[in-house]
Amino acid sequence: MEFRTSRRDFFGLSGGAIGAAALPFLKSLPAAAAEGDVLVVVTGQSINSLDLHRTGTNRASYQVAVNAYDRLVTFGSKATEDGGLSYDYATIEPELAESWSTSDDGLTITFKLKPDATFWDGAKVTAHDVKWSFDRAVTVGGFPTVQMKAGGLVRPDQFEAVDDSTFVVRLDRPSKLSLPDLAVPVPFIINSEVAKAHATADDPWAMEYLHMNPAGSGAFKVAKWTPGEQLIYERNDAWVGGPLPAVQRVVVREVPSPATRRALIERGSVHLSFEIPDKDAKELDGKLQVFSTPVENCINVVGLNYIFEPFQDPDVRKAVAYAIPYEEIFQTAAYGRGKPMWGGSGELDSIEWPRPSPYFTDLDKAREHLERSAFASGFEVPFSISLDLADWMEPTALLIQENLTKLGISTEIEKIPGANWRTASLVDKRLPLHLENFGGWLNYPCYYFFWAYQDGHLFNSSNYRNEEVETLVEETLYLPIDDPDYAPKIKRLFEIAFEDLPRIPLWQPALNVAINRAEGYEYWFHRQPDMRTLSTG
Amino acid sequence: MSSVIASPQIGRQGALDHTLYVLRENPVTLIAFAMFALLCVAAIFGPSLVPYDPLASNAAIALEPPSWAHWFGTDNLGRDVFSRVVVATRLDLMISVAAVALSFVVGSVLGAAAGYWGGWLDMVLNRVLDTIMAFPLFVLAMGIVAALGNTIENIVYATAIINVPFYARLVRAEVNIRRDAGFALAARLSGNSDFRVLAFHIFPNALPPMMVQVSLNLGWAILNAAGLSFIGLGVRPPTPEWGIMVAEGANFIVSGEWWLAVFPGATLMLAVFTFNLLGDGLRDIVDPRKRT
Amino acid sequence: MVFGVVVISFVLTRALPGDPAVYFAGPAADAASIEEVREALGLDKSLPQQFLIYLGDLVRGDLGQSISTGQSVFSDLANRLPASLELTLTALLMSCGIAIPLGVLAATRPGSWIDHLCRVLVTAGVSLPTFFTGIVLIYVFYYLLGLAPSPLGRLDFIYIEPDHVTGFYLIDAALAGDWETWIGAAKQLVLPATTLALFTLAPVARMTRAAMLGALSSDFVRTARASGLGSGTILITYAFRNALLPVITTLGMVFSFSLGANVLVEKVFAWPGVGSYAVEALVVSDYAAVQGFVLAMALLFVTLNLIIDLAYMMIDPRIGFEAR
Repeated sequence: MEFRTSRRDFFGLSGGAIGAAALPFLKSLPAAAAEGDVLVVVTGQSINSLDLHRTGTNRASYQVAVNAYDRLVTFGSKATEDGGLSYDYATIEPELAESWSTSDDGLTITFKLKPDATFWDGAKVTAHDVKWSFDRAVTVGGFPTVQMKAGGLVRPDQFEAVDDSTFVVRLDRPSKLSLPDLAVPVPFIINSEVAKAHATADDPWAMEYLHMNPAGSGAFKVAKWTPGEQLIYERNDAWVGGPLPAVQRVVVREVPSPATRRALIERGSVHLSFEIPDKDAKELDGKLQVFSTPVENCINVVGLNYIFEPFQDPDVRKAVAYAIPYEEIFQTAAYGRGKPMWGGSGELDSIEWPRPSPYFTDLDKAREHLERSAFASGFEVPFSISLDLADWMEPTALLIQENLTKLGISTEIEKIPGANWRTASLVDKRLPLHLENFGGWLNYPCYYFFWAYQDGHLFNSSNYRNEEVETLVEETLYLPIDDPDYAPKIKRLFEIAFEDLPRIPLWQPALNVAINRAEGYEYWFHRQPDMRTLSTG
Repeated sequence: MSSVIASPQIGRQGALDHTLYVLRENPVTLIAFAMFALLCVAAIFGPSLVPYDPLASNAAIALEPPSWAHWFGTDNLGRDVFSRVVVATRLDLMISVAAVALSFVVGSVLGAAAGYWGGWLDMVLNRVLDTIMAFPLFVLAMGIVAALGNTIENIVYATAIINVPFYARLVRAEVNIRRDAGFALAARLSGNSDFRVLAFHIFPNALPPMMVQVSLNLGWAILNAAGLSFIGLGVRPPTPEWGIMVAEGANFIVSGEWWLAVFPGATLMLAVFTFNLLGDGLRDIVDPRKRT
Repeated sequence: MVFGVVVISFVLTRALPGDPAVYFAGPAADAASIEEVREALGLDKSLPQQFLIYLGDLVRGDLGQSISTGQSVFSDLANRLPASLELTLTALLMSCGIAIPLGVLAATRPGSWIDHLCRVLVTAGVSLPTFFTGIVLIYVFYYLLGLAPSPLGRLDFIYIEPDHVTGFYLIDAALAGDWETWIGAAKQLVLPATTLALFTLAPVARMTRAAMLGALSSDFVRTARASGLGSGTILITYAFRNALLPVITTLGMVFSFSLGANVLVEKVFAWPGVGSYAVEALVVSDYAAVQGFVLAMALLFVTLNLIIDLAYMMIDPRIGFEAR
């Protein structure tokens, strides 16, 4: 190990020297050669639209909404244990809004806009722009509309531009989710005059135009976008949403091969490699700056589908839970990155979520449970994993498969390609045994249960239904967390979840980012790079 | 195959002598035959010879470099790479041989018929072949496997389909050039049926270039399966297969765990290598012009 | 034939498992929003209806919209096809430059150590999976030695891409007289083109050797030799010219094959070509993109075949299937 590391360092150095020697050829210096105001980021994902509201916009594209657009409010930031930064769910700070107030009944939120806020073209940001943008988000359908709904924002008549600088949101019921939901990437504010100029009768929301041409007020303008290759951000010096970014330009390059990305960051050709594999995070830690932030409100779980007869038997579910080799999975599939979610005390002392389940690896206990069930002699079941997530799902599935075989439960691993995975696992919910990794943007346990444990909801891939869970989720979802009823109800939800086990928690995954000669990385719940705080070091 | 070639004039003894002669003349072919024998042994007896269970994981010894206990090291789940490489031989040979045999037979029949009789048969076949060839082949194979599901049979079918046009066109061209050649006319005049002339007089002439094609294709078939694995559409885990092992191991090279990809890669290369050299050797044995 | 391709690609894409409406409706879609997406994509109609609409669009030259890249398929292909072609052609040129002389050399000395060495070398090249070769090359030449530029696609981000004329960076940069960019683009090309060239060496070299052997042992060469012509003349004018026929057939096959095979090379080197585009589209069931890609390839193939047929006639007057 020692030898290999030192040799690699040596070659790294000499390689750098050769690279520098070749430089006189070039008029402009490469970004790698310490040019302070250009930052280069590599990612494996591909940005497919500059407009988050458009149908078919993928996750990677959300970063454009984050970096090029502003919202009314944003989250604060806090230091993390490993010395990095994270957004702070507990504090909400102004972005385009200067101030806001909530009425006593909690039904009306009034925002005052910053007077000096302007769009890139110099036009003033007005409440009418906000109204137009919010109307768009709740009208266009698909993901943005669903996300707005989570905050109780459903219809255009809930939004009113009182005057140029005053904007009012009216809610049907008070909800703790409403204000945080305005800080997620979806309700971003568009230059409505520019957009309307490009709208047509068929396309009243200028979807075609904004898809390729963003019109915002954010910290960065999009200087150039070559789909499938790169996106270049240029700083907006007139930005008032927060402290001005330190770098002038950010180049986001798409590199599909993880091995190539690793070589690039390790050799210092790029400043930041986003979402690196757990293995690289473990091995690069120490050599480079690596941040592994456990993803909030997200758990990698084994789903046991209730439509599959053996899994209706509680003893079978517990047998599976005791058969899983948790520690080995955590070490081989996650390389120790993230947080273990097994072997908990079973004592529900707080409403912290995710929390370790009371289960641990014990094959004898597993056998006991299986013998008590109606399927003592075992059964056969396909074990489905997603091709896109094979990175962690495949080793996990293989290790679970091995232990289940010891119980007499034989499995065949089935890899399902991307397009089909969502249909099969989340929409049709027809996979008997599978892996799943839902994470909620809004960091409340009730929000997680709403999506993953309520009957018919998208991430409830196990077809789980429990009447008590249905009521408890309905009751807690809008309840403020300091309400005295909240904690007991949530604890009851935890108890049922661990007893019924439609989802067996494995570990809380981490979002890994490696940085070479740069600083200011901040973790966000949306799992996209926020370029605004970054600087070259 | 050689029985087809060893037509009545030359007896079995002659063919054997010729084979021995070629082997003596060409040491590389001899080596190829030896390696082929080794592959066959691994394919037949491999599973009972290997030191470890190729599927048994052991997280405690994950990613260990080659040692006396684990000749080829261990993979990310602590499985013995050597055992997996040896056990994979059977599956890989099966996939490539099945796919190539299928496309060889189908392609020869179609190509010979079209080249010999011509006319509308030729036209129709040409259109169909062109249509297949007009597809980017690897993407076609991907599409077929993605649509039908990634089982071993479907990988074989996909590989066979994309190879058929190569054989058909080659045979068609060879047959077309020779159908009115002197020896073919002579054979026909001496009372042979069209089928006999085609099968025993014209078709054997197409064999040497076909042999080159077969030898290349056996290799391509394995590489094709490996490529499918790289995209994620290959054989299902945890079944050991060279292509998957290289594809998965390739991601470990940059982090220094070279043995994961290099050993299966080297074995794969050796197998493709063997097939190719074997093809050359076979060509020398079956070439009617060389046998004088 | 092109129509056949259109039909097959339509059927094949529809046979893919998975529901694009669900995939593209986003991470938190409910049943209603999935329905909305399905309608927006026109997937709520029956298959024959969808096919007719597709044909109608095709006639008007509209290849549709790719959902995964968010661009029109036509502009995607127009941007990416030159990248793939540039890579493939460079690789083929490299490969021919090495393989044809090797093949001729081997054929003139069959059975010698040169012959054996040739076989071993080219066979070694074709025996390696391209993605494996690619990653090893990156590891050695970029990561360890630092000789190659960072594998970041067609041009390092320090260069400005040349004005779009042909889409081939080498040609465009040369036209613009921007030799710095030309060198930059050429440097990026070296590793991926080598990877692909290694893979295509074998078929070309072997077919050259086989065809040359055949030609050299043929009657007309014997006659030529007997009439005392110089060995160089015999080799080039008589044998090689006759051997070219199967070599060109092979080249055509290799070209179409490597356009498909460089899918994997493109992935490893982050090369923005059509191959990686098609793979991604296929995995997410992006119908329009897959169909557009297949159609473009088919048209390319037709053109290629036309060129090969013309070359055939020029080289070998015996060929003339239709004329009979």
